[in-house]
Amino acid sequence: MIDSFIQSWLLPVMRVSTPLIFAALGGMWCERSGVIQIGLEGFILIGSFFGAISTLYFSNPYLGFLFAGIAGMVLSVLYGVVVLHYRANQIVAGTALNLFAMGIPPFLSKIWYDSTGSTPPIPTESQFKIAPLFIMLMIVALTHIVFYYSRFGLRLRFAGEHPKALESAGVSIKTKRWQGVLMSGFLAGLGGGTLSIYLSSSFIRNMSAGRGFIALAAVILGKWKPIPTVLACLLFGVTEAIQIRLQGVVIWGTEPVPVQWIQILPYLITMIVLAGAVGRSYAPKSLGQVAE
Amino acid sequence: MKAITMNASMRALVKSILGAMLGLFLGLMICWFTGESPIKILKILFQSAFGSGYDFGMTLFYTAPLLLTGLAVAIPFKSGLFNIGAEGQLTMGALAASAVAVVAPNVQSPVLAIALAVVFAFVGGGIWGAIPGFLKAKRGSHEVITTIMLNFIAAGVSAYFTLYVLKDPNSAQAETLLLPSVYHLKAFECFNGAPMGPLIFWLLALVVFLYFWMWHSVWGYELKAVGENEKAAGVYGISKQKIWMSSMFLAGGVAGLVGIIEVLGNSHRFKIGFSADYGFVGIAVALVARGNILGIIPSALLFGILQKGAGSLDLETDKVTRDLSYIIQGLIILGVAAEGLWTRKRK
Repeated sequence: MIDSFIQSWLLPVMRVSTPLIFAALGGMWCERSGVIQIGLEGFILIGSFFGAISTLYFSNPYLGFLFAGIAGMVLSVLYGVVVLHYRANQIVAGTALNLFAMGIPPFLSKIWYDSTGSTPPIPTESQFKIAPLFIMLMIVALTHIVFYYSRFGLRLRFAGEHPKALESAGVSIKTKRWQGVLMSGFLAGLGGGTLSIYLSSSFIRNMSAGRGFIALAAVILGKWKPIPTVLACLLFGVTEAIQIRLQGVVIWGTEPVPVQWIQILPYLITMIVLAGAVGRSYAPKSLGQVAE
Repeated sequence: MKAITMNASMRALVKSILGAMLGLFLGLMICWFTGESPIKILKILFQSAFGSGYDFGMTLFYTAPLLLTGLAVAIPFKSGLFNIGAEGQLTMGALAASAVAVVAPNVQSPVLAIALAVVFAFVGGGIWGAIPGFLKAKRGSHEVITTIMLNFIAAGVSAYFTLYVLKDPNSAQAETLLLPSVYHLKAFECFNGAPMGPLIFWLLALVVFLYFWMWHSVWGYELKAVGENEKAAGVYGISKQKIWMSSMFLAGGVAGLVGIIEVLGNSHRFKIGFSADYGFVGIAVALVARGNILGIIPSALLFGILQKGAGSLDLETDKVTRDLSYIIQGLIILGVAAEGLWTRKRK
């Protein structure tokens, strides 16, 4: 009984939630430092592409996974330069980043593999068994501890709440925000790596499929706090697992259950929460405000 | 010191042009990786956009939705709202337009038919835009997040309606019933089959009308007052709630009219995923226009050229694909948005 519950529900839910959790924690770090992050989708996409091809190249999923994070982080440098250095509007720049990231994988895979669809499959022996799940759990624990119980976490949170107070303590707001941005790129990149190396065995065109925005929704639903954010990801993971389970299943009548209604559940839940129906969710006070 | 001689709108124009050129330049430079000359890529883009009557018609076909989504972003922006939801709004507008085939299949007069479809598309998109406007006004929900969520909800809802409610039983594709011919819009002969006709002039007229409407109507004045300074506007008795809701309804409605271009003008039915990210490119269009409503026309044309031109890259080059247009679009937005590139920080 317990075994079959773990096999058929707990494990699948954990698996599909893992990319969301990586990306959402990244988004949370970034937004708590005071920088709006709607480019998670782009980081995931870039991470999944570079994760897959570096796993192929090194025949080692761990190295591939690391490079997925690094690829996300490199893209977040572009975001950081434009937003923090050149003071671009963060929402506009995030949208631009997502468009940019959509073009990069097919552009490069055409050059390297002569295909704009997917990358060659990763052989079974260099695929992950379960490691990203444990790495995810470690990152969750680490995030919680660093976020609440370290000077680093405290200062980063201050950059998003009371930047002036931080400045008068002699700490650079810009540095903290840079750290937030880079962490969002790295972690969301790992989320992308999870998609291509762990949940499937190759990169597929546009494989992020809106997960960056679901992760962002989880950050809001989780009220910008680590553990509630993770729980929100798990909730969205449940809806995804249900949707995979119900694909083509007939419950009543003759038609299979329309999966579209389950697909939109995460977004609907977020809308209801945003409308203030189920407990208010407050953003960091100085979110999106430009530091001089 | 009066060192600066250009006025603000001139400066904005120069910034836009410089930003767009920088983005285009960087995007073309990336092609060097593939061993293709950037000059050749540029030539292909222009050849493909203007090379023949058909090509130019297609360029206009891609430009037309961007006029509308550009407006859908620019108008609420003047009241201080960021509409990321044009993609969802145009989806719902197109879905609503395709529903006329079921609701009123026996309309005789083409004028009545098209007017009916326009109302459907406008209201369908308008409602989808009004929801975040309402939530912002009444509940303080941030419109960026709600519009993003509504984009995905629109995708799900429209997929459901296409597959289960309005499905064409004779088609294996995910598409709705074909509209009766009374609803079909005519295309110009000289475009040799490109699906664009007199509609383009109506759309240009709409842009010009909205330009004057924003500058010479009470509503336009109130809208800008709220955008410039909510508190001051409130002191003068202007309700920001009303402005937010009405501007988002208008924006959604305008975006919904993309449905007319696609459903009445092109495929005569709703197809899942018909939009080439018009809603998101609309953000770029509005940004490059720098909030100037008339500026949307050249700005939309620029992105229309890019969209059409990029389609030929697959055939004309060995390694560069149409995906380059995403890269260039992203870089242009970043180039124009990066304020600090063009203005020195004032202390």
